[in-house]
Amino acid sequence: MILNHIIVLIPISLLVFSFITFLLGTVRRSLAYPTALVGSAISVACSVVGLILVLQGGPIHYYLGGWPPPIGIEYVLDYLSAFMAVLTTFIGFISIVYSRKSFAQELPHKVVPLYTITLLLLSGLCGIIVTGDLFNLYVFLEIASLTAYALLAVGEKRAPVAAFRYVIMGTVGACFYLLGVGFIYFSTGTLNMADAAKLLPAIYDSRAIIAAAVFIVIGIGLKMALFPMHSWLPDAYTYAPSAVISLIAPLMTKVFAYVLIRMLISVFLPEYLSDVIPATLVIGWLAAAGIVIMSIMAIAQDDFRRMLAYSSLAQICYVALGIGLANPLGLIGGMLHILNHAFMKGCLFQVAGAIRYRTGLTSISKFNGLGKKMRWTMGSFGIAALSMIGIPPACGFFSKWYLMLGSIDAGNWVFVGVIALSSLLNAVYFFKIIEKVFFAQPDDDIVENAAEPPKEMLVPIVIMAVAIIALGLVNVYIVTNILEPVVNHVFN
Amino acid sequence: MQAYLSIAPVIAICVSLIAAILIVMSRHYPRLCVGWTIGSAVIKFAVIASMLPSVLNGNYPAIKLFELSPGISLAFKVDSAGMIFGLSASLLWVITSVFNIEYTRIFSWLRDIRYFASFTVCLAATIGIAFAGNLFTLLIFYELLTIATYPLVVISGKPEAIFAGKKYLAYLLTAGALLIIATALTFRYAGTLDFIPGGFLDAGIGSDKLLVLAVLFIIGFGVKAALMPFHSWLPTAMVAPVPVSALLHAVAVVKAGAFGFVRVIGFVFGPTLFHDIGAGTILSIMAGITILISSLLAIGQDHLKRRLAYSTVGHLSYILLGLSLFSPIGWIGALLHIVNHAMMKITLFFCAGAIAAKTRMDRVSQLGGIGKQMPYTMAAFTLAALGLIGIPPISGFVSKLFLGQGALGADLWILLALLLLSGLLNAGYFLPIIRRAFFVPSDMFVKYDESPLLFVIPLALTALMALYFGLQPNGLFDFFKLATDAATSVFAGGIR
Repeated sequence: MILNHIIVLIPISLLVFSFITFLLGTVRRSLAYPTALVGSAISVACSVVGLILVLQGGPIHYYLGGWPPPIGIEYVLDYLSAFMAVLTTFIGFISIVYSRKSFAQELPHKVVPLYTITLLLLSGLCGIIVTGDLFNLYVFLEIASLTAYALLAVGEKRAPVAAFRYVIMGTVGACFYLLGVGFIYFSTGTLNMADAAKLLPAIYDSRAIIAAAVFIVIGIGLKMALFPMHSWLPDAYTYAPSAVISLIAPLMTKVFAYVLIRMLISVFLPEYLSDVIPATLVIGWLAAAGIVIMSIMAIAQDDFRRMLAYSSLAQICYVALGIGLANPLGLIGGMLHILNHAFMKGCLFQVAGAIRYRTGLTSISKFNGLGKKMRWTMGSFGIAALSMIGIPPACGFFSKWYLMLGSIDAGNWVFVGVIALSSLLNAVYFFKIIEKVFFAQPDDDIVENAAEPPKEMLVPIVIMAVAIIALGLVNVYIVTNILEPVVNHVFN
Repeated sequence: MQAYLSIAPVIAICVSLIAAILIVMSRHYPRLCVGWTIGSAVIKFAVIASMLPSVLNGNYPAIKLFELSPGISLAFKVDSAGMIFGLSASLLWVITSVFNIEYTRIFSWLRDIRYFASFTVCLAATIGIAFAGNLFTLLIFYELLTIATYPLVVISGKPEAIFAGKKYLAYLLTAGALLIIATALTFRYAGTLDFIPGGFLDAGIGSDKLLVLAVLFIIGFGVKAALMPFHSWLPTAMVAPVPVSALLHAVAVVKAGAFGFVRVIGFVFGPTLFHDIGAGTILSIMAGITILISSLLAIGQDHLKRRLAYSTVGHLSYILLGLSLFSPIGWIGALLHIVNHAMMKITLFFCAGAIAAKTRMDRVSQLGGIGKQMPYTMAAFTLAALGLIGIPPISGFVSKLFLGQGALGADLWILLALLLLSGLLNAGYFLPIIRRAFFVPSDMFVKYDESPLLFVIPLALTALMALYFGLQPNGLFDFFKLATDAATSVFAGGIR
């Protein structure tokens, strides 16, 4: 039965198609795009089937090669990983649709390697999501990281330098993670997450486990660009190709946030990370500081992409805040924000790419009057921006709502204040743009001659914008059916 | 009192949203936009009016659509208080959209889909606030109203408009953020957000926590209701076109803030609890100070619309004062003042708009002798101004009478004195305009004649309504009965 193999098919289909894309692409360059599209469509189908199976029958466990854990590698599709897999493959699919025109304009000679590496990146991210094995996660983490370095480095002139910084920081992060896994392996003799979770409580006070936890949290913190370990991100995001960044920005840091959640709920368990060592407390306060500081940094930017990069840094801190709260509602808010922010930031970076495609503009101060020329694009931008600010019923409001309820439950009034304040800071930098785009007169020939981007770019943008509203309206379904089982399992 | 399932509240809201979509679709046909606006306004009013008989019978149309967050639904319930706000806003929206026809013809740059679409969305949000069945639904529409009003403020794109828009957002989004906190706290304290007459919060939560919560609500709704010291966005927002100032900054937006207080005091805390924790005193002091200072500031304004704006600030605090009075009579006065002030103030703004459209004059000092040239416009202005001063038999007198009785009933002589003093101050800033218009001879306006018919009809209509509801508070739409029902239901648990 193929359904039994659905878990492994999610990363494998992408892996296989990345080779097919390369082979067909070398035969004929124009074949690369359709092949990549088919590959990613198959992965979307697999992950959707996987999610349906999980919703119907609960978590699915798959033993690679038939070897049961703790000896073999286990893949687990539980509520959280099924949900993340759908999100990742869907955003991947949308970005690939969007990428064709953008690549054709920016990097016409490199489309074959670009699509090959994009699929490999998605494969790595999906692998991270579905694996139930600590070392296997490291392998996929490296696949995803190396491909991301490559994709980010092909952008503008300054992109290689920015990507090189990312390589160094990312490698440090990956090494820290690996060290942590090593310590766990010394102490427990297992690499399987579920097995480790069972064995760890007995040795909670061991120094090695403390070291492991600290290494893993810091390593993943580096990869997810948790404040103050974020310095690699703004440059890397700013100079990357538009289509690449609209794939990486919504996914990369979020998947690592997922890894952190996974460590919290499936390996170390909240009682260790919040009671035995105050890791979640540290994460929470760093996140709170990060939300405020990164939002202020975003206000100061004039380059649209750079502003969005700082905004991403602030938003990833929301997820971290949810992790830091380590209570059911906070965690729900954090997980929901992974989804919501992926759509919001995906939409915004796609809009940035569309503006660049049509006008070459990246500087916000030159956006005057763009709304008249690019109605649908900028209308979608407006929806995404309002959602980022947290205006209901757009989805961004609801993750903030759950985070706020979680902060109230934790009795942490500072976090409550930070969440409210950050909405206002978001409003400052987004309304700065809204005001220019919709209410200022065009003062530039470039803007006068601007037009809507081609359909292949516009349709993904509009789909994302519609999804932002739709996700807000159906958030209860996601919360009660997918996220509550996750937290109930952990917090009983 | 019971509720029955009805989709009428949803229709009343969606009519404007659909109209907004139609307006955006027909952006190349400004005439069609005007048509959609008027059509949706009339349908909206008809739908709301059709619910009036059953609401008067104590049978409330209600509907729960779907959950927005576990345990919190998107729910609507049209009770007496909501009916007062919804009916008056939608009625005046019909009249404003008629006024809009001529106004957008004269100021043709306003024939813009952003203007028409935002306007209709604002009305959808206002009705959403009026008919919201729980605090969460109200909050959603409250935020939507904030956002939908923003384009109307900055529509001209001039630097002062952009500045006003910034100020507007800074004030209102901050208020919105505080309201979200307050709503989240309420939900954690009570486990529900459904409005219940007499309130659902329990005194056992602790008066300190409740007082903090009440203060958050006072600031959150106080900004929109232009409670001092959070009022200063309102005079600045007067750069907006006149129909916007008329409907939104005298009726819909600012009254949404006042209506928020109705819901929070009457249906979340309950007047008794609100009073016991001391929040009533805080609110009444703030409102009292606002009434006094805003009236004094109004006297000093030469810009007509700004003078009207400060007058609005003061009159909104009449409503808040009535709500904080902790007496059913005071509540009746406050609820009636929502309607009465709306009719009178919209008349004044229409007049200001008619004068500005004709003569491009917007300062009080420029208006010498205009009464001779535009007799109908200035007659309506006089009537409405006298009503706001509190001269019988215009409707402003009725609400002030009840507010005063409420103050007496609560043994707060000082508030009664304040109301009387404020009446004098109102006279202090309105009578000079009237005197200048009618009795200062000037030939400045000889070349101008009466406003076009499409201005005179709306402004005469609202002025006459102010007179009619003064003579017959229970006439036509039974506003008086609605207010009494609402006040009775809120105080059903008895006073103390």
